[in-house]
Amino acid sequence: MSAIIVLVLLGLGAGAVLGYALIRYRVDSNPLIEAVNALLPQTQCGQCGYPGCKPYAQAIATGDAINKCPPGGDDGIKRLALLLGLAPLPLDPTRKPDSGKRVAFIREDECIGCTKCIQACPVDAILGAPKLMHTIIASECTGCDLCVAPCPVDCIDMVAVPREPTDWVWPRPRAIDIIPIRLLD
Amino acid sequence: MTVKNNNWHLHGFPGGIELPERKERASDSAIETLPLPPLLVLPLRQHNGLPALPVVQEGDCVHRGQLIGRAAEGRSAALHAPADGVVSFIGYHAYPNDSGLTELCIGLCTDEIGSIDEEEMVDDIDLSEEDMRERIAMAGIVGLGGAGFPSADKLTRNPVKWLIINGAECEPYISCDDRLMRERSAAIVNGAQILGRLLRAEKILLAIEDNKPDAIAAMADACFETHIELVVIPARYPSGAQKQLVQNLLGIEVPSGQHSVDIGIVMYNTGTCYAVARAVAHSEPLISRIVTVSGDAIERPGNYEVLIGTPIEYLLQSACVNPNKLRRVILGGPIMGIAINDLAAPVTKLTNCLIGSGPGELDEELSARECIRCGDCVEVCPASLMPQQLYWTIKSEQHARAAALHLGDCIECGACAYVCPSHIPLVHYYRHGKSVLWAADQQRTGANHARARFEAREERLEFQQNARTSAQSARSSVHHYESESVADAASPDAADLTIMPLEPDAAAVAAAGMATETIAKTLKTAAVTGAHNDRMPEVLAAAQRARTKRANAAAHSAPDSAPGSAPTTGTEPDRANIAPYSDKDKT
Repeated sequence: MSAIIVLVLLGLGAGAVLGYALIRYRVDSNPLIEAVNALLPQTQCGQCGYPGCKPYAQAIATGDAINKCPPGGDDGIKRLALLLGLAPLPLDPTRKPDSGKRVAFIREDECIGCTKCIQACPVDAILGAPKLMHTIIASECTGCDLCVAPCPVDCIDMVAVPREPTDWVWPRPRAIDIIPIRLLD
Repeated sequence: MTVKNNNWHLHGFPGGIELPERKERASDSAIETLPLPPLLVLPLRQHNGLPALPVVQEGDCVHRGQLIGRAAEGRSAALHAPADGVVSFIGYHAYPNDSGLTELCIGLCTDEIGSIDEEEMVDDIDLSEEDMRERIAMAGIVGLGGAGFPSADKLTRNPVKWLIINGAECEPYISCDDRLMRERSAAIVNGAQILGRLLRAEKILLAIEDNKPDAIAAMADACFETHIELVVIPARYPSGAQKQLVQNLLGIEVPSGQHSVDIGIVMYNTGTCYAVARAVAHSEPLISRIVTVSGDAIERPGNYEVLIGTPIEYLLQSACVNPNKLRRVILGGPIMGIAINDLAAPVTKLTNCLIGSGPGELDEELSARECIRCGDCVEVCPASLMPQQLYWTIKSEQHARAAALHLGDCIECGACAYVCPSHIPLVHYYRHGKSVLWAADQQRTGANHARARFEAREERLEFQQNARTSAQSARSSVHHYESESVADAASPDAADLTIMPLEPDAAAVAAAGMATETIAKTLKTAAVTGAHNDRMPEVLAAAQRARTKRANAAAHSAPDSAPGSAPTTGTEPDRANIAPYSDKDKT
């Protein structure tokens, strides 16, 4: 009899602890979504077919393909595959491969001040007001192309960002490279 | 390797290698001033930090010492005209760096050298400390030892215990600091004292390698009866590297990921001290520096006082380069330097040495073999890293693991590659690994920034929509205006706008529908919306013009097919096409 009482009490105690932990340490969002989202390039370009990087992260977490993100490129797919324990796939051939970093540029004398691009920009990188010329804050532009289509007068160009020596990545050494230079004696 | 000398107890540093000096060729002759080159090319980024911002325009006449690039906000350094002349271009030009990419430069066609706008020479006692800091910042002085950190930014206001003046100059061939110490010791001491005063340093040390007896003698004379202590350190590469010198002199290891300034130690190169003395006492900006020109292909090796921006080709020719013997031009020392291809690149503030190597002088065609795990590189690494482990991880592109092995603490001294029996270009691998890590870091920072902005925008839109939904009933006057102004527009898109709560019972319909959202987005205020619709003809006209232009560009051969009619007569399909202010998402 006492054994039963002890076991029931133990069960109730453990249940209370577990019930408390369930409420106290509740995880509101799926941590996998955050982990996937952290690997996406955050251009918010929608080329994956979802309205932003987070929705795509949600879709990946529920089983969508990992090869739909052109700005992330092969490296991004590789990182996602590593995180999710999947085999890396080539980029979905129906999507246009990324053509390097670009930013939008508004030909300002042609802008009519319609604010349509401002509404389209996912990262608030366009400055302007109704009836006044707009311009791109280049440092904030992610190059997502979303402002190009809504422009009624087609005054937005996507221009390639020039390569700066500070952005340059040392190439992998080839067998013939000899740096540093050795002294011969 | 603890050595006792000058009453100073040296602590030594791990690793290091003995190298042939090859300094005597250049160090035996006095500093020579180079004749004025016809063209100077001044890169706007000659330092570690943001590029300077040009304050002159093409065609401007500038005089010697005039500011031509002001320091940007943040870490940056000013740039001055080294000679009288005319600004011939502001644009991208070859620049001595590893990538071979161009950098924004100011070109200067020189006239004959004018006199510098020199404020009368002042005794530094008369200047307040703020004046001195100002002068140092205005002079555009950067660390001339090679790191190029702007000197004014290094003048911390935090307590500094040690000020170390670095005259070690440990790399072979280079002797510009040696010559400077021999010939201009008084100014170096003056500069060191100014820096010591500004930093309120408790102790000033001057470190010189023992292979420069003349420089030691000259500096000992100049330091006599000052509070600068001269310490002679044994010649062992890389004794002049910042962290290694701190460790050698003070026995303190600078923690990984920190700078010596974080632990109260500031280091300046002797050349920087000289520039500081010139800036404070003569108001002379940094417009020239001493460059060692040496190597088998150079007929007149020596140390030249060169204006910043002098093309390397001009400097080599002035030093009588023998083109038949010239194999490679190395910028910097033979261990850490880079081979440059474009000799039009200029001498910058950081150029301390140029080597025109002759046949058989420096290695040329050694091909790398496999790592045999001999461990020689571990023995010589002055940063106590494991070079072969770094090599393996970077070779297999496991950059995160390389970072965990403290790749960031590698000073790229090249000692490991020098001793490697397989001739593996180890430093090249480390640079590759470092720049991949850096690029990934930049990408991550940018992505986080974009995400934060995206989320903030989403939040704002949601907030705005909520505010509007709750204030819906108060907006009926706006909708009257709106429906009137677009009533004549019979396009389907414009019609969407008219689905608005004119009657109380219609409000419920609209609140549920998409119309609410679209209007909430577009209609900021009644006035703005009104202005928009007043401008409808202009917008249509502009759209018409754009279409015309596109059509012309597409069918260039076709005769003028552009509709030149009055733009306000835009047809209904046109309107549907451009959907001027409906802002309907056609999803």
